[in-house]
Amino acid sequence: MILTKTRTLVGNYSDLPVRAGYAVNINDTEIALFKVTNGKVYAIENRSPHPKGGVLKEGLVSGEFVFCPVYDWKISLADGKVQAPDEGQVKTYQVEVEANNVYIII
Amino acid sequence: MKKLVMIGNGMAGVRTIEEILKLSPEQFEITIFGQEPHPNYNRIKLSNILQGDTSFDEIIINPLDWYKENNIQLFTGESITKIDVESKKVISDQGREVAYDELIIATGSNSFILPIPGADKIGVTGFRDIKDCEMMIKSAAEYKKAVVIGGGLLGLEAARGLLNLGMKVDVVHLMPSLMERQLDPIASSLLKAELESQGMRFLMEKETVEVIGDERVAGLRFKDGSFVQADLVVMAIGIKSNTIVAKNSGIYVNRGIVVNDYMETSAPHVYAVGECAEHREIVYGLVAPLYEQGKVLAERLCGREASAYEGSVTGTQLKVAGVDLFSAGEIYEDGTTKSIMVYNEYEGIYKRALIRNNRIVGIVLYGDTKDSTRLYRMLSKKEDITGISIFESQCSAEGGSGDIASMPNDELVCGCNGVTKGAIVEAIKTQGLITLDQVSHCTNAGRSCGRCKPMVNDILAYTLGDQFDANAAQKTSICGCTTISREELIAEIREKGLTSVKEVMNVLEWNNEEGCTKCRPAINYYLGMIHMDEYKDDRDSRLVNEKMHANIQKDGTYSVVPRMYGGVTTAADLKKIAEVAEKYEVPLVKLTGGQRIGLFGVKKEDLPSMWKELDMPSGYAYGKTLRTVKTCVGAQFCRYGTQDSMSLGIELEKKFERLDTPHKVKMGVSACPRNCSEAGIKDIGFVGIDGGWEIYVAGNGGVDLRAGDLLATVKTEAEVMEMTGAYLQYYRETANYLERTSKWVERVGLEHVKEVLANEETRKELNERMDQTLKKYIEPWNEAIESENIKDKYYANHIVKAGE
Repeated sequence: MILTKTRTLVGNYSDLPVRAGYAVNINDTEIALFKVTNGKVYAIENRSPHPKGGVLKEGLVSGEFVFCPVYDWKISLADGKVQAPDEGQVKTYQVEVEANNVYIII
Repeated sequence: MKKLVMIGNGMAGVRTIEEILKLSPEQFEITIFGQEPHPNYNRIKLSNILQGDTSFDEIIINPLDWYKENNIQLFTGESITKIDVESKKVISDQGREVAYDELIIATGSNSFILPIPGADKIGVTGFRDIKDCEMMIKSAAEYKKAVVIGGGLLGLEAARGLLNLGMKVDVVHLMPSLMERQLDPIASSLLKAELESQGMRFLMEKETVEVIGDERVAGLRFKDGSFVQADLVVMAIGIKSNTIVAKNSGIYVNRGIVVNDYMETSAPHVYAVGECAEHREIVYGLVAPLYEQGKVLAERLCGREASAYEGSVTGTQLKVAGVDLFSAGEIYEDGTTKSIMVYNEYEGIYKRALIRNNRIVGIVLYGDTKDSTRLYRMLSKKEDITGISIFESQCSAEGGSGDIASMPNDELVCGCNGVTKGAIVEAIKTQGLITLDQVSHCTNAGRSCGRCKPMVNDILAYTLGDQFDANAAQKTSICGCTTISREELIAEIREKGLTSVKEVMNVLEWNNEEGCTKCRPAINYYLGMIHMDEYKDDRDSRLVNEKMHANIQKDGTYSVVPRMYGGVTTAADLKKIAEVAEKYEVPLVKLTGGQRIGLFGVKKEDLPSMWKELDMPSGYAYGKTLRTVKTCVGAQFCRYGTQDSMSLGIELEKKFERLDTPHKVKMGVSACPRNCSEAGIKDIGFVGIDGGWEIYVAGNGGVDLRAGDLLATVKTEAEVMEMTGAYLQYYRETANYLERTSKWVERVGLEHVKEVLANEETRKELNERMDQTLKKYIEPWNEAIESENIKDKYYANHIVKAGE
């Protein structure tokens, strides 16, 4: 079976707030979208991997990292990896920006 | 899942559990019994608590949440009285029976109390747990004269702590020299001279035969007939493995519970680890060997190919300010050993390595311990020292770090936590670390006994090269993004006129130019405090609760708590709250501890409309601000109340609501000393007396229970408001961000605060700045309800259907 990925339009690039999370829900998958200071857009799973992890959309953004709002874990937006001394990884999703459109490939 | 039960909740046992969770988190259903009523804490740091360097909170290793997160069932304040090794179950003193597949005994040890007459008198204690510490701190407040029995490591640390607490301290020692098991006579005499200059008095070669006094201790009598007076006696002469439960259950016990190289006891499926265990006839009382044992046991239990535990060589360091001392291995020469020695009597530096067959077998360093990690490594690895210069740094305290370069990457630096040089260097390079604190936080190195800290600092210097700043490395910076301290930050904001979070980080050259969850909220607070009217709050630099103006709950829902001034409401408001709760199907409606109604389990997107319909002020139940003012019914209704507590409470709450403070602030107003509103454990508490009010400050009802101190007694409510405004503003201006008033007062001193507030002019100025600040606040929910931007950015849910 070949798994095909779909491309979903999730918003306007210019409308995305800088350094703040924007949550989108694609067919029940909760994704947090972040536009960081250098203009790049990242999409990651909207939950910290901590067993009682917080909603990452609400986390404070610094560079290419977001802090879990509940347990303060520092998570890379680029690869979803939790930074030491904590451990774990969040799912990341591919993002494409075309003209002013932002797409998530899922 | 197999059932794993552990008796004991101390450092060695819990470390074993941590190792097990790392190796195989799904394998066991874990239950822990702890005799003390606390989660697991770092016992090594008790002397720091006693010496006033740290608080109990800071030495908790695993908070209660950790147990929950890892599905560990924890019973505190409960001990196991019997192990039934036949039917594999344990029975507690509360009659609880728990079955096990595998059982770990990690009961640690007790203080050894001399079996002499009077040892059970009030005022006699060991030095072993937080309870002992608290007892000593309490005694120091009431009594003047302490005697510590025992001139070893523990005794000297206890004595130093008691000196810090303002007591006169005599140390009684049986032997002619201090720490005779770790130090030779020269090092010992240097140590004694230093401690005497710090104010300790020594009674050497004294054998205590009796504790005298009525109910409470009054003194000690020695074998030679002499006598010393004492209000407090601390016995710090060693530990005794706690083996009762093993003994009562038929498990083989010698000095400790006897174990083999895999920590197995004489009973099948029963293991022992830590200070209760005896391995190859040795009972260890230091943390590194216990952690090694834990690792071996964890591997064994998880079914890994376990390496055998073959015993440890231990090193000792004394944690007393002004004393640099390290010792390891053998101390005394015999016919087969030779010494290499450096002795500079003038500077008080003494170093000696004991050599047998070209290998180091013992180390004593006094006054300069820079060589300790390197020599200790050579000792434990049994390196041949032929042709190697042992003391490179000779007699100077300015030792070099030349040996860091030649140190292999897989060499252990922090033995307690198993951190290698390579791991530290990598963390420094990849995470941009520049301070010792940062390295500790990131890698765990130096977080247990702290002996490796000089070495970690050397590695920092070596790795960073020219970028290394020795002062910065030692300083307490706000967070890892910068090297500047709170005081420097505030001074720079004032001097350079910095006005935004971003500008602060740019101008003050933050290493991480976008900050983190520690510095950004702090900078935001300091800016608001300094630039009272012009600063515009940076909402995105606030942590989630304050950013959302609602408490986030563990499932991602929020809570709504309207303000209820002084705990007083009306039928109309109650009706409104009930209607909103019903309409939005709020799952939990609860009276909170602060006398208000909380609506819990609210969906984020419902928050703005709920607040709109409530049309009530926010209770700021989430904020670093004034939370509540608790009141009793007072003179209006109560037959005892001497003052009108409700109206004062309402007046205080109306004046100070929404104020940004370094941490949350709670108040209580009681109309009489019966204190129905618990004013004695609030940040500020007011107690009505005949003809006026007593003002108590720095109380805390949280984890660190603390009774408030009397700040002032005033006659009128106007004076109450004036004093409160000045006190709160002084706290705002001088506390560290996230420092509660109780910690702040302990840090700066109650007398100092009293002195500042005694000056009428100062009070006036503080109140002016307070009033100027209070003018800037607006009701946050009105703002959110009226702004589509805020609603969309913070509270909307965006749902997108798939497909293009």
